[in-house]
Amino acid sequence: MMHVLEMSDITKEFPGVKALDRVNFKVRKGEIHALCGENGAGKSTLMKVLSGLYPAGTYSGEIIIEGQSRQFQQISDAEKAGIAIIHQELALVKEMTVGENIFLGAEPCRHGVIQWDELYHNASVWLKKVGLNISPNVKIGHLGIGQQQLVEIAKALSKHTKILILDEPTAALTESEVSILMGILNQLRSEGVSCVYISHKMPEVFALADSITVLRDGRTIATLDREETDDDKVVSLMVGRELTERYPRVDHIPGNTVLEVSHYNVWHPEKRNQRVLRDIHFTLRKGEILGIAGLMGAGRTELASSLFGAYEGRSEGDVRIEGKAVRIRSVAEAIKAGIALVTEDRKRQGLVMGMDVKRNTTMAAMGKVSKLGVINENEEIKWGRQYVQELKTKTSSLETLVGTLSGGNQQKVVLGKWLMSDPKILIMDEPTRGIDVGAKYEIYNLMNRLVDQGVAIIMISSELPEVLGMSDRIMVMCEGELVKEFHWREATQENIMIAAAGGK
Amino acid sequence: MQLQKELQDRRDVPATRKSLWSSLFGEMDVRAYTMVGALVLLWVLFGILNPTFLTSRNLSNLFTQMSVTSILAIGMVLVIVAAHIDLSVGSIVGLTGGIAAILSNWLGLPAIIVILATMAAGAVLGLLQGWLVAYKAIPAFIVTLGGMMVFRGVLMGVTESKTIPISDPVIGLLGNAYFAKGFGIVIGLLAVGFLLWSTYRKRSSRQKYGFEVAPLGVDIIKVFFLALLVGSFVFVMNNYKGIPFPIIFVIVLAIIFYFISTKTTFGRHIYAIGGNMEAARLSGIPIKRKTMLIFVLNGLLASIAAIVLTSRLASATITAGNMAEMDAIAACVIGGTSLMGGVGTVIGAIIGALVMTTLDNGMSLMGLESFWQYVVKGSILVIAVWLDISNRRKGVK
Repeated sequence: MMHVLEMSDITKEFPGVKALDRVNFKVRKGEIHALCGENGAGKSTLMKVLSGLYPAGTYSGEIIIEGQSRQFQQISDAEKAGIAIIHQELALVKEMTVGENIFLGAEPCRHGVIQWDELYHNASVWLKKVGLNISPNVKIGHLGIGQQQLVEIAKALSKHTKILILDEPTAALTESEVSILMGILNQLRSEGVSCVYISHKMPEVFALADSITVLRDGRTIATLDREETDDDKVVSLMVGRELTERYPRVDHIPGNTVLEVSHYNVWHPEKRNQRVLRDIHFTLRKGEILGIAGLMGAGRTELASSLFGAYEGRSEGDVRIEGKAVRIRSVAEAIKAGIALVTEDRKRQGLVMGMDVKRNTTMAAMGKVSKLGVINENEEIKWGRQYVQELKTKTSSLETLVGTLSGGNQQKVVLGKWLMSDPKILIMDEPTRGIDVGAKYEIYNLMNRLVDQGVAIIMISSELPEVLGMSDRIMVMCEGELVKEFHWREATQENIMIAAAGGK
Repeated sequence: MQLQKELQDRRDVPATRKSLWSSLFGEMDVRAYTMVGALVLLWVLFGILNPTFLTSRNLSNLFTQMSVTSILAIGMVLVIVAAHIDLSVGSIVGLTGGIAAILSNWLGLPAIIVILATMAAGAVLGLLQGWLVAYKAIPAFIVTLGGMMVFRGVLMGVTESKTIPISDPVIGLLGNAYFAKGFGIVIGLLAVGFLLWSTYRKRSSRQKYGFEVAPLGVDIIKVFFLALLVGSFVFVMNNYKGIPFPIIFVIVLAIIFYFISTKTTFGRHIYAIGGNMEAARLSGIPIKRKTMLIFVLNGLLASIAAIVLTSRLASATITAGNMAEMDAIAACVIGGTSLMGGVGTVIGAIIGALVMTTLDNGMSLMGLESFWQYVVKGSILVIAVWLDISNRRKGVK
């Protein structure tokens, strides 16, 4: 069978990280090709190269589409060649209608005037194709995530897409939405559309894909036919080494209870009678790592930010720190009470990118470096230097802007900032997202060291191996509830996933 | 195990060693130095085109002229660094100037009360707008655009669109008087003394912490240059009538706000809020309170500018301060402030104000018609930002 897409020897480097290293990836016409790998393996980077988000010249290697070598300068070039990508975070304009979104940037025009009737008629044709039974006049904001995803697919198809890329399409979908999506992908395959399906959910991959390519640490590990492999094989190729080697597990001896949460409810900030967290009960002990697993939208981030006083919505319930009932209404109060939150998105929420390393380090504990509101610069240098040395942050100086550091080193600056606030409870939301393997290992070691020093850690993570490898206890959340708790010895990827998906 | 060994090798302690060049110039950004260079170039250019430009008399006038824009730019830079904008300062200048004139002329109150009441009025106007921006989440652009119109309207209403003269001699002094020449020299010596003392203190404090200090020679050169600058300023001003009063306001306010923006937690918080509001919020910084305070300070500075302006003109008019916010914003931007927030310095804003005033003054001296002045000032603003953006792009690649 003919290859509709051939990517050969693709190498892409970022400052300090080789994200892709001579990757080869071939897709046949009319097949669903799963691209598997752990977070940070290079899947998304490879797709960004393919879709023109990283223009030709910023990577090396060759892209051949239907036998023709292509160099994309921008996304529209790739679209013209028949490539469409649907990202995890959907790229739709919420305030516009379904029809307007489908034809955004490609509105049917006569003399520069949009032909609305034609647009809405065509839109309804494409909607039928993806099995959506809705009016194209509805605003996107009124649709659920699953329907929005189908609109994205309709939009992609309207551009006469030959290669459709789906990046973790089911992360936010319910089970019935997943099966609808699968039906549509099967139908597209029969119509000759090729599909690149990025996922690390093995059941989906094996239900859908014709072939599977595994990436690990920026390299192509293998391309396999579905018939000749099984999920154990693929997972072991993805992970590549024994779990024990990647996660420095240390036996912790938990001490007294430091945090006790009971009858904890949190409401949505806008939809005020919708509960995002329902009757949460848990305890956290000194010197342990409590892992929290769950799917996207299960309420893990909401739990972290509401405990930290940063969530906009109303919360209710009993929170005790070291036995004392506390009522945390602001971040400042949370910090004073000994809670620190390493947020999931360093760029948006963690760091001021245009500020230097030392100023970011002292930001949450300015009281330590100032008297009566006047900053002592030398104290600031002293603290900044201490955390750079302690965390082995690679930076050319304390005055280096954090925006120029690599992801792992940025994360260390965030950690330094929160360690400086002397937390009793350290909440880490996706602590190693987008960080290379070496830096991950260092952060795990650091977590163990902190636990030995008596800090209690709550680790929220979507990477199951990480949850399994680092936690002492694992709680699983599903749709705003705590559904299950495991000791780490009882937990497996399977029983966590079953609980997270709402099964018992 | 291999991994662990690699990690061991990676350990490297950051060095803060600096070259001679960066220890001389490291503190200020390149942008500010470009501006100083451009300023010197402008002065040389105007000096060649019209010999009267570089006379003591004209330079003295130039500094007096720049005072209002400079005071406004000092406040504006804080607002812009916090990623907001204040379009109302020109109208605040007009309104508080009107209040000052009414209190002094119509009610006959003593100067000190007039001044304090005017400043209080400015702060209250800032507070009102800051509250709307910070606590009611209305975009600053809208709030202050509304303020610009409302305050101007109120001014026209309360003054019945009349020009109110101010005859109080004390208020008259503030904008027009000069310091006695001997006093100017004393101020200059005090400034140099302060430079020496602060440099010494900085060195000994760093030594106490065990940090390396810049080579003594570097610090001596720095102090020497700054002392030379102070000395020549005093000399040039004394060559005419002495240091003008208004410029002392500018210098004192610049020093205070330089200190606030670089050495206090409040200043740091402003930069954090403008640089990444979400990160600032999640670091426990009380964003709303700080944002409101920024607008209060800006209103206060606008009222001080109003006092200087009213004093210089010896009257309050309904057009006083018209478009002054645009000059202040332009001064900030020329001085390296980013409208995206998080970037900008008080010193840069002052230099920007000096550039703007130099253009005004120089072109007036050359007898260019005022339409040219608008065209040139506007073009220079856009070109300055263009150069800056293209330089930054190069820096990224």
